[in-house]
Amino acid sequence: MDRRDVLSGAAALAGALALPGMARAQAATEVSFFYPVAVGGPITKLIDTYAADFEKENPAIKLKPIYAGTYQETIVKALTAHKSGTPPVTSVLLSTDMFTLIDEDAIVPFDSFVKTEDDKKWLAGFFPAFMENSQAGGKTWGIPFQRSTVVLYWNKELFKEAGLDPEKAPANWTELLDFAQKLTKKDAAGNVTQWGVQIPSSGFPYWLFQGLSTQAGAILANAAGNTTNYADPAVIEALQYWVDLAQKHKVHPPGIVEWGTTPKDFFERKVAMMWTTTGNLTNVRSNAKFPFGVAMLPAGKRRGSPTGGGNFYLSKKATPAQQEAAFKFIRWITTPERAAQWGIDTGYVAVSPAAYETPAMKAYAADFPPALVARDQLPHAVAELSTHENQRVTKALNDGLQAALTGTKTPQKALEDAQAEAERILKPYR
Amino acid sequence: MTNRATATIHGWLLLLPAMACLALFTHWPAVASLVESFYSTPRGRRPARFVGAENYQQMLADPIFWKAMSNNLWFALGTIPTSIALALLMAVWVNDKIVGRTWVRMAFFTPTILPMIAVANIWLFFFTPQYGLLEQIIHAFGGRNTNWLGSQDTALYAVTVVAIWKEAGFFMIFYLAALQAIPLNLGEAAAIEGASRWTYFRRVQFPLLMPTTLFVLINAVINAFRMVDHIFVMTRGGPDNATTLLLFYIYQVGFSFWDTAYAATLTCVLLALLAIVAFVQYGFLERRTHYR
Repeated sequence: MDRRDVLSGAAALAGALALPGMARAQAATEVSFFYPVAVGGPITKLIDTYAADFEKENPAIKLKPIYAGTYQETIVKALTAHKSGTPPVTSVLLSTDMFTLIDEDAIVPFDSFVKTEDDKKWLAGFFPAFMENSQAGGKTWGIPFQRSTVVLYWNKELFKEAGLDPEKAPANWTELLDFAQKLTKKDAAGNVTQWGVQIPSSGFPYWLFQGLSTQAGAILANAAGNTTNYADPAVIEALQYWVDLAQKHKVHPPGIVEWGTTPKDFFERKVAMMWTTTGNLTNVRSNAKFPFGVAMLPAGKRRGSPTGGGNFYLSKKATPAQQEAAFKFIRWITTPERAAQWGIDTGYVAVSPAAYETPAMKAYAADFPPALVARDQLPHAVAELSTHENQRVTKALNDGLQAALTGTKTPQKALEDAQAEAERILKPYR
Repeated sequence: MTNRATATIHGWLLLLPAMACLALFTHWPAVASLVESFYSTPRGRRPARFVGAENYQQMLADPIFWKAMSNNLWFALGTIPTSIALALLMAVWVNDKIVGRTWVRMAFFTPTILPMIAVANIWLFFFTPQYGLLEQIIHAFGGRNTNWLGSQDTALYAVTVVAIWKEAGFFMIFYLAALQAIPLNLGEAAAIEGASRWTYFRRVQFPLLMPTTLFVLINAVINAFRMVDHIFVMTRGGPDNATTLLLFYIYQVGFSFWDTAYAATLTCVLLALLAIVAFVQYGFLERRTHYR
């Protein structure tokens, strides 16, 4: 499943807040809410239930969830609505879109709504790793809601066949390569029938690469979002490691590995270890016909993984009453109990440590321990790459990564080109 | 005279609804794009300002634009002749009285009615390395693994094949209709004269099909610049822009980068390109086309 699709479930919540034009006629404050969900089904139903429960507790607020498609489609719709004057009061959009939304003057920070001690405690209660992508310039622009991170899945059966301990995942880069070599199999004609490891590189390779670059000790962009660090020696080292897995050691499929078919490759036993989102946990649990394990990504100089997923944002063009109502809803839906339930129902990482202390989550984790891996990795996690002109700046990196992986550029040249392009784009923002 | 005036007014009134729609959704956006292409992109508190030809200069210096142009050229060269030739071949075949031709016709036409996004997802698995359909066939003949969509050398061919597969059946329908309109006595006369099947096709059928060929050709050219749905699913323009087509790039610039002015600039280039092609085709080929 596409990460963006998995995540898209959450945006529906946001649509429930009212369309500004329609709100005036009624006594209740209407709050329209854009929520990214590509297909109907369980997640839409969940959101509708939440909305109904919230309305029952707050009869003066009318919540209108609008399911707006994938993340990309949702931001297109939200920004178009913003430009035409009637944006949704709140939306769930990618955390990395924060700078884009600030530059478009489309959102307001949450700080002015956080008034009581209780509110302050709530805001301080989220995992710090998630807040990195939600704050800029000393203000909080987004509230974490459906967040994810990259983890390693491994096939225990294939580990046993290769003579490896099926309960032990590779802990560092050396082990990852060593295990992958043992897990790569060829047929008589020399064709590889089973790869050791694969890291998807189609569409948004930067996200998975950020795992490697963080492990190599580099941070790809500064917190202000106006400088990137693509050509740092540690970043080059990380890309060299990835390229070597495929081209030198031949334990990773050559060329671009498709994100969408990677879980399928794993189910078909074509690959023994894969890197993908925690959002695939439920998918793997229901489709893998063999025992599998979930682990933190291996460590280079350190452990590391990017976070991902969606945040709540508040529209600038909504009325103060609507913003206040939307804030109330956001606060309501991110309480530990609901965050825990949301994580259990969807596979997303629950957004606060307190959520993992709830009885519901404890019972779930006792039954299915892999659900805790994402949480345990969060102390090592860094903000997903996000800058001003975010999509353009990440595309420069994506193009460079793909050029190196397909062998048209060396890692050094690819990253230097990407850095030069990012410099050109970001110069006006300093 | 008054009759004629009334008729004119009636005529224009009848045209008005269609004209209004066309003006509102086609002509006005085209003109607005042209105007916008001379302004900077408005962002937040910074309104758009007149920048002259700056966007066009940026475009000429943009390597991805040139990559998209050359990709699109190869994509067009790959899809247009092949899909037309295939369409003609299939049409001639299913025009004959063969057993089960309704089924064959339907089979050829099926790709057209399927939504592109859906079939792109299916093709994604055809092209999948190792266990994809294509790989299994190649393996059966002892070939080597190829990562069709994940290599810069093959990705553009792979998406071109999908486009041909999608289009050929659609064009076949036009050829089939045209073939059925050719009087049977021409075929009988040719048979009496002792003309071979090939001569009959080359001297009689093909010339009579020219209006259809022109129509199909124009459609094929437009489609070569318009068909990008499968790119979104199969490659997202990658690896490293190897399958970025012009319209896909416009979408990316417009709705991922939110650089609307630059997207407008690219749109103008695409419009100009298509306009030139259409003029050449209508102006030049039409004179050489035989209409009955």
